[in-house]
Amino acid sequence: MTDILATLYGKILRFDAARPEWPERDRFLLSKGHGCAALYATLAECGFFPKDWLHNYYLNGTQLPGHSTHKGIPGVELSTGSLGHALPVACGMALAGKRDGKSHRAFVIISDGECDEGSNWEAALFAPQHKLDNLVIIVDYNKIQSLGHVKDVIDLEPLADKWRAFNWGVREIDGHDLVALDDALSNVPFEKGKPSCIVAHTVKGKGVSFMEDKLLWHYSSPQGDELIKALAEVDAAL
Amino acid sequence: MRNAFLETLYELALEDERVTFITGDLGFRVVEKFMENRPKQFLNAGVAEQNMTGIAVGMALSGRICCTYSIANFPTLRCLEHIRNDVCYHDADVKIVSVGGGFAYGAASVTHHAMEDLGVMRCLPNLTVIAPGDPVETRAATRAIIAQKGPVYLRLGKAGEPTVHAGEIDFRIGKAIRLREGNDATLISTGGMLWTAGKAAEQLAKAGIQVRVLSMHTLKPLDVEAVLAAARETGALLTLEEHSVVGGLGSAVAETLAEQLELKVPFKRLGVPNAFSPHIGAQDYMLTKHGLSPEAVAQSVTDFLKVARRPPQAADGGGDSKKAMS
Repeated sequence: MTDILATLYGKILRFDAARPEWPERDRFLLSKGHGCAALYATLAECGFFPKDWLHNYYLNGTQLPGHSTHKGIPGVELSTGSLGHALPVACGMALAGKRDGKSHRAFVIISDGECDEGSNWEAALFAPQHKLDNLVIIVDYNKIQSLGHVKDVIDLEPLADKWRAFNWGVREIDGHDLVALDDALSNVPFEKGKPSCIVAHTVKGKGVSFMEDKLLWHYSSPQGDELIKALAEVDAAL
Repeated sequence: MRNAFLETLYELALEDERVTFITGDLGFRVVEKFMENRPKQFLNAGVAEQNMTGIAVGMALSGRICCTYSIANFPTLRCLEHIRNDVCYHDADVKIVSVGGGFAYGAASVTHHAMEDLGVMRCLPNLTVIAPGDPVETRAATRAIIAQKGPVYLRLGKAGEPTVHAGEIDFRIGKAIRLREGNDATLISTGGMLWTAGKAAEQLAKAGIQVRVLSMHTLKPLDVEAVLAAARETGALLTLEEHSVVGGLGSAVAETLAEQLELKVPFKRLGVPNAFSPHIGAQDYMLTKHGLSPEAVAQSVTDFLKVARRPPQAADGGGDSKKAMS
């Protein structure tokens, strides 16, 4: 997901870190709020708040809780953590933008496990009905959810076809391929008058050999030697 | 009440283009004027209350004042977490409007009996909870909630409720309206039971019991001052609501009274038991079946006052129970 965030904030989104409430900004909503550590790091990198806040992530009495929170954190549009909430809100933002003649767009990252939530499919039906081509979702399709692999829990396949059947413009890409991400996100809407869905195939824990596609790392934080090894592998890939 | 709300909201929508009405696919023959004349301020979200609530938040965070609208439990319980996290936590300018509170859809079955909504909504932070007593209060409440920034739950009856207030009222969110003076007891009503409370008080007056009637149109924030004044000045309180006796007005008043160390006042909740109703029928029928007709309420007040006014029993009357315990 970090590759997706880096592309969005590095090349795609219109924002001004000095004015988080700038009315013309593109809206970004992290629906999978449990991935907030990557969002916080991205926002800090962009200058929304000091980087030293990141050292206090999840600690008592500090600013950054374990799910995306708008209160007191510049740049976070919506507090998420319960799944299936951001896409409906993004529909409202996109619809208000359309009706008010604004040019801003709404981008949402949702998880694959989160596609189990019915509210997402309520919104999936709604957005094409109202021709919300200023709305883009990226499904972080890492194939793992809380208690197992997606195909073993609630299989989503054929996922891209589901979104097509709901009348979305759809592209499937490698979610770690920065060129493909840039190309897809730079070419929204894929079809005029339709919302866009990018099914981004990803690997959980990408870039760290002992983390990739392992359920354990949905829950654990690397410590000690694990952390040193993980950072070394990520650095080596840069 | 539904018509009073929709007419007033339409007037407000003409005055302010931020006012947006979002329905969950309901309102046949009552929302068409709004839909046709203010299309940019009207939205049918379909039969999807979670999405409806989220859309309202997204539009409110974009500068609009949004009303979500559906019947009975659909705009509240069905999408409760979206109200909690999205509306309330973000302090979004969203007004959740339910028509058919209580037994308005009594014959439509238990799914359509809204009996817990006030209690559940009252628990949510940042949410103002209002249940107007008649069409006059509904018009005033509609104007008040649009003028007040932030989340509101507005619980309405359906249609055809009698007008209780004959003239102008001073409607302020969080301030009870005194409908009738009296010093023998106070009947505190919320929502459409106001008419019943007034009728019961009329009947009691004929029997020489003068009951103060308060319209507690705002459940949250509760008008604590009016409750305590009624307790001190009339010496006995009853609450009346078309809602479960758990969680709603009765609970709110009980919480207030229980924390008053210096004030011991007889108190009774009149409402619907915390059970799924075994009855089927129109609103009047259902209210009668649950002891909430004006006659039954008057009788409940009379019976309660007989007990409440009885002199305290002697304190040394517990000998038998002591023996039983030993």
